[in-house]
Amino acid sequence: MSATTAYIEGVGIWSERLPGWDMARRIFCAEIAAPAEACKRPSPDILPPNERRRAPDTVAIALAVGSEACAHAQREPCTLPSVFASTHGDLAITDYMCETLASTPELLSPIRFHNSVHNAAAGYWAIATGSMRPYTAISADRYSFGNGLLEALVQAQSDHESVLLVAYDIAARGPLANVVSTTGRLGCALVLGCQRTPKSRYALQWQMRETGQQRKSTPSTEPDHLETASTESASLVAGNAMAPALPMFEAIACSPRRIVCPIGPNLHLELALSPVNEGSC
Amino acid sequence: MADTVAGLHRHQAPAPSARLRISAYTATSAAGCGNAATLSSLRSRTSGLSRNNFGSQPVDTYIGRVNGLQDEPLPQHLKQWDCRNNRLAWLGLNQDEFISAVEAARQRHGATRVAIVLGTSTSSIGATEEAYRSLDNAGRFPQHLLNPLIHTPHSTGDFLRHALSLDGICVTVGTACSSSAKVFAQGERLLRSGLADAVVVGGVDSLCDSVLFGFNSLELVSRERCRPFDVARDGINLGEAAGFALIERALLEPDGTVPVLLGYGESSDAFHMSSPHPQGVGARSAIADCLARAGLSADAVNYVNLHGTASRKNDEIEAKVINELFSPNTLASSTKGWTGHTLGAAGIVEAVITLLALQHSFAPGTLNTTQLEPGCPQLRTDNTDASLRTGMSLSFAFGGSNCALLFGRDA
Repeated sequence: MSATTAYIEGVGIWSERLPGWDMARRIFCAEIAAPAEACKRPSPDILPPNERRRAPDTVAIALAVGSEACAHAQREPCTLPSVFASTHGDLAITDYMCETLASTPELLSPIRFHNSVHNAAAGYWAIATGSMRPYTAISADRYSFGNGLLEALVQAQSDHESVLLVAYDIAARGPLANVVSTTGRLGCALVLGCQRTPKSRYALQWQMRETGQQRKSTPSTEPDHLETASTESASLVAGNAMAPALPMFEAIACSPRRIVCPIGPNLHLELALSPVNEGSC
Repeated sequence: MADTVAGLHRHQAPAPSARLRISAYTATSAAGCGNAATLSSLRSRTSGLSRNNFGSQPVDTYIGRVNGLQDEPLPQHLKQWDCRNNRLAWLGLNQDEFISAVEAARQRHGATRVAIVLGTSTSSIGATEEAYRSLDNAGRFPQHLLNPLIHTPHSTGDFLRHALSLDGICVTVGTACSSSAKVFAQGERLLRSGLADAVVVGGVDSLCDSVLFGFNSLELVSRERCRPFDVARDGINLGEAAGFALIERALLEPDGTVPVLLGYGESSDAFHMSSPHPQGVGARSAIADCLARAGLSADAVNYVNLHGTASRKNDEIEAKVINELFSPNTLASSTKGWTGHTLGAAGIVEAVITLLALQHSFAPGTLNTTQLEPGCPQLRTDNTDASLRTGMSLSFAFGGSNCALLFGRDA
């Protein structure tokens, strides 16, 4: 199949040492140094104050980066369908649930239970923004960012409209941390349009390609070749399960170019970024 | 067609669905392993619900349990994925010659051209719960559960990729109880975009403490067999199931034997994490989106398989929506009295029941229910023999995620 062109309209990112797109892009381009200390968790301003305080980390981070990308795109959040991608969901809640079920199951918190669904962040996003547009919540092990990006691009293309992509993962907690390897907190978001408009910042040509190796008979836990982020930026989110998103955001920030984003052991997206309006990002 | 439902913020009509044929389909639940057993239970009105005997301190309720999973480990070449959810997936795959149908599609199109879109709510979390119950003295997982393949939401998607020897796109949808309805929407988009030539869509969810104690904490489970749409209904029964469908682009010359996906609709309630919108606004817009994509009016729908969980709120709101949108001649029922609420697998199980209804010219009624919620003449308790051309299946989820699917007989 031939390449399809989408347009990046807005960007959002948050990690402890990448607090927001404006700072992150300057950090990626080595214009400024990353904060030495970890920043406080972002406050999801779109939630009512009582909900804001008790929001799980995944919800706070997803809503913050989603809001940032929509504001950057000058799009009303409630007009956009959305794709939420997370490798593991909220591992702090998973740890709480499993620990409580093993000790005092009858005391399980109903709120933590309904917050344990993989679509919790997406559900809170819809409630906070009043969006009745469809959302989805996906997971694909270490190809979660690639598959989230793919689904957002496919939706934009097949329904001819702009789509919000939000991707996030947080650290594993408790006994699960010995088995599931992800650390730190990272959220990132893009608003992707299907046609060039005054809101378009970058053109994104994309194409699905076979990676050219046979299906592995072994489980997909050993790393394959990833398009690596630059060492310094990568170290800021190293170990987070959503780190495969980083090359895309680095490329947007400082060097629009071709990158490869794996979506499976044998498939990848070939992405070519080019600026639409110089200096607007 | 512009959207007529207020507040939807859609600026344009939805793109029409590609017409897709359902080349193969199967469901395994407490109502039966495979289509023949499921059909037989539906026809004979035999419920699969039984007293909860799951776990060491069972919640006082009924469940839809698939028997024997604890005694059927996965075959040697797949044993790395061994856990209850993947055993259920394997049992489901081995019904109705589904694996052969996928193999034929792989031969036709190539392994990278057949995608997997799998819906689940809790995936293999039962294995993680088990590990937490059996931590060693150092607080670590026991050796046999120290396996990342069974402690991640994508566990069953990854398992299917290996079990079916496929190399295409493989992704898990986790939108709670709408998960395995939304897989048809995502699958349709992959086919329409040319990123796949066939898609294995499905859903697998197995019983676990998270959902039994979780729904109990929300005071949503019934101590009796669930009674969908009964005026005296008092809650849901949880169930487990695996179901799959193989979808491909429709033949230009339909041969009249293969059912088709006519359309899908998706929406969000934007209301509450665990309560449906009181006016059913999200449900209405999902149905409207589905009919618009199919290019059909509500009058063209012969049968609706309802979400019908037997919770007080869901059934009250859903009955109102059905009465307002559909012709009084449309037949509507909930089949959760047979299967229980199978959560992330409910979408596929009820899609398969809808396909069986079309194929066998009968609309299942609603089991365990004696006095129906008033004001919804479409609701049926009894099974009805009727030639059905179209059937809709509805799925609504925590987080306010809604999905409607419309199936038809190809002709």
